[in-house]
Amino acid sequence: MVGGVSRVLLIEDDPAVREGLELALTRHGHRVRAVESGEQGLDRLRADLPDVVVLDLMLPGMDGFEVCRRIRATGDVPIIMLTARGDDMDVVAGLEAGADDYVIKPVQPRVLDARIRAVLRRIGRDQAELERHGELTIDRAGLVVANHGVPVSLAPTELRLLLELSATPGRVHSRQQLLESVWDHGYFGDSRLVDACVQRLRAKIEDDSTAPVYVQTVRGFGYRFGPV
Amino acid sequence: MTPRPVLGLRARLLFAFALLCVVTAAAVAGAIYVEARNAILQRAQDAAVQAMRTRMEALFPLETATPGPAELDDIVRIVTDGNGPVVAVYHEAHSVTRPPPGGRRPPGGGPILTPEVIPSGLRRVVAGGDMAWQRVVWQGQPILIIGSPLLIAEPDRTTRVSGIEIYTARNLLPEQHSIDRLAAFAWLTGGAALAFAVVLALLATRGVLRPVRELGRAARLLGKGEMRTRIEVRGSDELADVARTFNTTAAELERHVRQLREMEADARRFVADVSHELRTPLAALAAVADILDEEATRLPEPAGRAARLVSQETLNLTGLVNDLIEISRFDSGVAALALNEIDVAELVRATLRTRGWTEPVHTELPPGVTARLDPRRVDVILANLVGNALRHGEPPVSVRLSADPHWIALEVRDHGPGLDEAVLPHVFDRFYKASASRARSEGSGLGLAIARENARLHRGDLTVTNAPDGGAVFTLRLPRRAPDPDGGPE
Repeated sequence: MVGGVSRVLLIEDDPAVREGLELALTRHGHRVRAVESGEQGLDRLRADLPDVVVLDLMLPGMDGFEVCRRIRATGDVPIIMLTARGDDMDVVAGLEAGADDYVIKPVQPRVLDARIRAVLRRIGRDQAELERHGELTIDRAGLVVANHGVPVSLAPTELRLLLELSATPGRVHSRQQLLESVWDHGYFGDSRLVDACVQRLRAKIEDDSTAPVYVQTVRGFGYRFGPV
Repeated sequence: MTPRPVLGLRARLLFAFALLCVVTAAAVAGAIYVEARNAILQRAQDAAVQAMRTRMEALFPLETATPGPAELDDIVRIVTDGNGPVVAVYHEAHSVTRPPPGGRRPPGGGPILTPEVIPSGLRRVVAGGDMAWQRVVWQGQPILIIGSPLLIAEPDRTTRVSGIEIYTARNLLPEQHSIDRLAAFAWLTGGAALAFAVVLALLATRGVLRPVRELGRAARLLGKGEMRTRIEVRGSDELADVARTFNTTAAELERHVRQLREMEADARRFVADVSHELRTPLAALAAVADILDEEATRLPEPAGRAARLVSQETLNLTGLVNDLIEISRFDSGVAALALNEIDVAELVRATLRTRGWTEPVHTELPPGVTARLDPRRVDVILANLVGNALRHGEPPVSVRLSADPHWIALEVRDHGPGLDEAVLPHVFDRFYKASASRARSEGSGLGLAIARENARLHRGDLTVTNAPDGGAVFTLRLPRRAPDPDGGPE
């Protein structure tokens, strides 16, 4: 981000929607680069280094899920999916592919803008000591997480979720609470966002993600960190 | 109108069969019994009468026409053959009763005959000069009393009554036994025939009733929507005809229902397709509608008003298309629950807070009521109900939560005039408008239909009534543990 203006990479195949969103997001103060295919998007990603990617899932050629996976493989830029209403499977698959959030088309620009701002929200840095939880170390000042001494690359949402949970080890956080604190979604956010993010986080920090030690499920209530 | 028969078809058939059998058996057995009985008795009687006649021939010539008891005794002695007691009567005198010679008693220890035993009718006939007999029961035993007058033959070949009457009794016990055996045998045969007839009747009724029962079962299944129900056609009787007719009707019905379902599915698929097709242009429109709206003030009239109109209608159209897509998801069965353990009071407060309704809505929310719900779907329901109450009803609008161990109930009521009784059954219909003049801008017309679908997805329900003291009351009932189709979130 440069001076509060975020660079948005918009990947959308429909020209009218692409133009409309470009207009609207520009008006909301973002610098928008709009492309029409996943291949172009991946090229621009390397060239422009955007702050956030807004990705339509239904793309000709390389589909949105594949684009999502490839973006995730190269870095931690936040991804917001554009999905069609009623395509629940797409939402789940997109979140599993690494998307941080999603909006449903037709979307109101101010909603999309709010989501972009939420994923780009700066993570507050504490002047805290290095935390050790078993083999996991969390550096709240440098925002670095390491497992067995090896730094782990976390997407912004994953990092925020881990910081939120590990701040109060042993306390149960409901999905609603996490949606509000991590995603800025308010009470009625989609709890699948939390579940998908937890899965991705476990895959990165747990030795065995089917028997998690750090991020544990409290069935029917939510998640808690540890106790390790 | 004839009253419905109290007995079932089976009982009636059984009863008819049994009755038929009893009547037939009774008629046949009865006739044979009577005939056989008569024949047995007649033979015994004939034999006895014949024997008496033969013995009486030994009396002649009589020693005196006016015998005293001693002479009567002599007559008796001559006539007696040892088979039964004999008494001779002459006016008031009669033979003195005593055991027959040889000390033999009448067979079966029979009693000794006295004139008192002889029926007066019989005596009259005999006194009139005819030989007669009569069966009587005497001291518990059936006996045949044969009476014969002694006639005096005049020289002119006429006869006259001598006044001497001889009566002999013959025990009919052996014949009675024969007849009893006959009767017992008749009863036995009749009973066996009846049992046999009942078995036959049962078989016959089963033969008739099984197809009838099958028909009834098939009709019930058909009524429940089992359109593939058919009956096996056996034989070529009337029942087989009925079965064939049933099968043809069921096949026709199945075809019609399938056609209707296909038409309905086509219609719904069309709506879903149209909605999806509308989505992309709407996405472009929705993206720029805000810009138009914000710039409207700076545009010269009438372009400004036009811009506002476009912006507002784009928003409405988006809502309508979203609702259409949502309802077609319910229709196609792809709508799924995302269940979470929810504090219901908190959920209600969040719904009201999100929409800025905390102020105008009174709440009665007991704390600590939790349920496993899809909060976003419950929010959709509540927002619709409270929104309607605020728009169409009169304040105060209230939301009341109550719970029992298995269900929670959320009651949304207003204090307006309530809903027309004619409208009540239709408020959850799609695109139902209470009056034709109602403004379109009040919603897509699908809100309550979607609300009810959401309730039913939870295996709950949404109902509406009018409160007795005015105002519409919508009640949302949800199970505290909604069934979880796929185990839900961990």
